[in-house]
Amino acid sequence: MYSYNDFDEAFVRSRVAQFSQQVHRRIDGSLTEEEFRPLRLMNGLYLQLHAYMLRVAIPYGTLNPRQMRQLAHIAQTYDKGYGHFTTRQNIQFNWPKLPDVPAILTALADVEMHAIQTSGNCVRNVTSDHFAAAAADEIEDPRPYAELLRQWSTDHPEFQFLPRKFKIAITGAPNDRAVTAAHDIGLRLVKNDKGEVGFSVLVGGGLGRTPMIGMVVREFLPKEDLLPYVEAVLSVYNTLGRRDNKYKARIKITLHETGKEEITRQIEARFAQLRPLFGGHDQDLLAEITEAFAPPAFRNAPVDAYDAFYKADPVFRAWADTNLAQHRNDQYAIVTISLKAHGATPGDASADQMRVMADLAERYGHNELRISHEQNVILPHIHKGDLPAVHAALVQAGLGTANVGLISDIIACPGMDYCALATARAIPVAQQIATRFDELKLEHDVGPLKIKISGCINACGHHHVGHIGILGLDRAGVENYQITLGGDGTETAVVGERAGPGFAYDEIVPAIERIVGAYLEHREAPEETFLEAYRRLGLAPFKAALYPSEGKKDAA
Amino acid sequence: MARFTPKVVTANALLEGDVIYLTADDCWTRLHHEAELIEDEAHAQLRLVHAMAQKSVAVGAYLADAKAGPDGPEPTHFREVFRTRGPSNYPHGKQAELI
Repeated sequence: MYSYNDFDEAFVRSRVAQFSQQVHRRIDGSLTEEEFRPLRLMNGLYLQLHAYMLRVAIPYGTLNPRQMRQLAHIAQTYDKGYGHFTTRQNIQFNWPKLPDVPAILTALADVEMHAIQTSGNCVRNVTSDHFAAAAADEIEDPRPYAELLRQWSTDHPEFQFLPRKFKIAITGAPNDRAVTAAHDIGLRLVKNDKGEVGFSVLVGGGLGRTPMIGMVVREFLPKEDLLPYVEAVLSVYNTLGRRDNKYKARIKITLHETGKEEITRQIEARFAQLRPLFGGHDQDLLAEITEAFAPPAFRNAPVDAYDAFYKADPVFRAWADTNLAQHRNDQYAIVTISLKAHGATPGDASADQMRVMADLAERYGHNELRISHEQNVILPHIHKGDLPAVHAALVQAGLGTANVGLISDIIACPGMDYCALATARAIPVAQQIATRFDELKLEHDVGPLKIKISGCINACGHHHVGHIGILGLDRAGVENYQITLGGDGTETAVVGERAGPGFAYDEIVPAIERIVGAYLEHREAPEETFLEAYRRLGLAPFKAALYPSEGKKDAA
Repeated sequence: MARFTPKVVTANALLEGDVIYLTADDCWTRLHHEAELIEDEAHAQLRLVHAMAQKSVAVGAYLADAKAGPDGPEPTHFREVFRTRGPSNYPHGKQAELI
């Protein structure tokens, strides 16, 4: 994976020094909060409900064991012994104290990490497919392009004060695991008729209060035109994007108000101006970066141990069936480590668990770890012969939950347990749903089902693209939960449909149970997934299950 | 005119970020029930201005609805209830530190 060059190192170190001084000046009173706030946000430091929160970027979700161990060290030394992995492949520490933040940033810089541009109206952490360079269905590793975009966007003088934040996601596989359609720019590596690889460029996707699926503004962009084209999009947005109304400032609104045709015309015009200015240096840089992402030296060894364990051990088999994905090398598997133990906080890992995962990556996983937007950790390259040992170590660390893709593999934002913007809690709802379906022993029977929970309309929990989405709101001083159904965050992305009136905090788990009950009752066969059944049946049977008394009223 | 809902002045501590409340004797406390319960709108504005001036102690001061209780002011909105104790998923924050 990519390693900092002298420029990166000097830049991050100088930013740490600069921000350390700013923290010092805030504490001694020479900076007011009004002056300090934009500076701390530029460095990923929020003030939340009960404490500060530091959001650390994990570029395109890729980590090495040394970095993971350093996150464990920070969690243990400066926080309460855990970290929270987010839907943007970042990690958040929920309890740092302001005077400790310079030391934390120094510790991060020691392992080539930082918190720069994890907040503010700039280009945020570029996210990517967590199975990149391992997935069998991939056209090309998207991470060199993500790294190129990271370098280009970091401290880019033109794009530090955009109308609003700007999120880019990139996938190298036709099966979109990076939710590219819900990003300001979504990039999909595709092949054209001539067999050349380029990008399909989507613009204007986003969730939040106005959820929209991105529109394709360029069917095929040659790979070498990536930076000038993305710069053209940003440039047009920077000019047209609204600064008068925060809620209308994202590019999805700009696109909607300007029209796809007109904005595409402007992007292409700007692109024509910018393209000649990129003299090929970006391509030299890309070539260098690409070398850093050379595939590991895969081992050629028998996989008998895997086959034997798979036959003999039902616990291992259950885990293998849900948590493994197909690797491009037949002898290998992609392991998803579930951070969704039933009843635990989605996305949280203790310092000890982080160390176990780092050790496993080092010993068995070619030194690579990934964070998924679904708040799990991935070991992308595990030889099948090593899977029994990896599984045993995970189980011992409380990381062996076999539920990836199932109903208890829930995305939940921090909600009102931590977040100052939240209007209701999300975490305890996730905990209760997972616990309930574990009690019912139903989740393997229910099969693939994505529940996503947000604690406010900003939709960090991606509820709009959950098969079942839950949105927590404040209705007259009481927590209230709205349900959406049929959302999809993949290449067939669609925003879920609102089911009807919301449910109180103590009614939401029974409501989810009724939806699942309706699915089990109406599915044609166990092979028909929840989403397939929903697409066939529509909202009606689920609505009838959710609001049984209304049906009675109509009949009366 | 609508009746004034009693308030407390609350903020986060600059260094730790912890939730704090303004007391009647101009101190900051970590305990909601030790806060000054303000029952007059004009007085509330004065107390808020006073709190906002303490830039090296308190961040983001605001007025939160409260009501009188047997041991002192009590929060009325669930957000403010959560702020008096900490998150619900771990025994962290005030619920652990102030026992």
